[in-house]
Amino acid sequence: MKARFIALMLPMVLALGVAVAAAQDAGQIKVSKGSAQIERAGKKLSANVGQVVQPGDVVITGSDGSVGITFRDNSLVSIGPDSVLAIDRFVFDSTTHQGAFDSSLKQGTLAVVSGKLAKQSPEAMKVKTPAAILGVRGTEFLVRTGPAKD
Amino acid sequence: MFGPARRKTDPLPAWARILVWLAPLALTALAGCASRNDLYVLLPGKNGKIGALTVESEGKKRTLDSPYAAARVKNVGSVDGFTTSEAKVKQDFGPALAAQPKRPVSFFLYFLADTDEFAPESKALVGQIFAEIARRPAPEIVIIGHTDRVGAQHYNDVLSLRRAERCRDELLKLGIPKVRITVAGRGEREPEVPTADEVAEPRNRRVEISVR
Repeated sequence: MKARFIALMLPMVLALGVAVAAAQDAGQIKVSKGSAQIERAGKKLSANVGQVVQPGDVVITGSDGSVGITFRDNSLVSIGPDSVLAIDRFVFDSTTHQGAFDSSLKQGTLAVVSGKLAKQSPEAMKVKTPAAILGVRGTEFLVRTGPAKD
Repeated sequence: MFGPARRKTDPLPAWARILVWLAPLALTALAGCASRNDLYVLLPGKNGKIGALTVESEGKKRTLDSPYAAARVKNVGSVDGFTTSEAKVKQDFGPALAAQPKRPVSFFLYFLADTDEFAPESKALVGQIFAEIARRPAPEIVIIGHTDRVGAQHYNDVLSLRRAERCRDELLKLGIPKVRITVAGRGEREPEVPTADEVAEPRNRRVEISVR
């Protein structure tokens, strides 16, 4: 019975593709809709489900795009259409939960559920916009930034 | 000044100098209009807990610490507080909220004292863990070992990692690809039941299998 259950599940698990999660990775894309890209060292990669996100990456969505990323500390970060999010820094020690997570929303919309870093220390997570800097104490929040509409 | 006697060192004609004088007034008038469309909102947590968000714009600071507390920044250096609502938030942030990844789910396996042997009731959980993995896009499994507070911190760091690795070996035998699994040892830092140091507590001798 158990063997049959596993035999059923296994192809499903394997079919999801292989993405190597290495220690220097910051997170992984779990949701991707419409046009969405990652800029990494001057190159453009498509922001597909399973794509790894690294410090220094810039995630960009088009007018129909949105992307959701789960970070190694369990922070959940998603952006809506016409958004630009830079992952400036991500460091996470899985034993002590110490580290830092800095990101910048240059334009667009952002939803965040903070993770283990923000829980461990209130200074660990920072989000910047062109107009403001945010401090995060274990929480869920939303950000919209951009020039005023005419 | 208007004739040929105008000094060559004065490069601006009179009309231009008037404009230079007026420029600061014009800028002041512009600053009255909004230059930004920024909005910051604190949400109530899914687990019922609420944290806090500080919004700081050029020295002006506001702390949001109640559900749907919000701040507008229409110009850099001004932060206006107000309260928004669940319905309004869905209008303003619908696609970003719809793209949120599934929340990680944790399963707990328990161990016999000072060993990496499973307590018998924990073996049944494996089927549930498989089902959760199959439900998720690009699933990752994080195996986190914990100990009770008997023994030194460093000893427990090592023991907790050994417990996590023991679990990983079991999951590998069941066919979960190795690249999807990471292990961590939290030692005695995160007890399920808080105790004094050197207290044996079975509920703290556990491995957390987080699927995300």
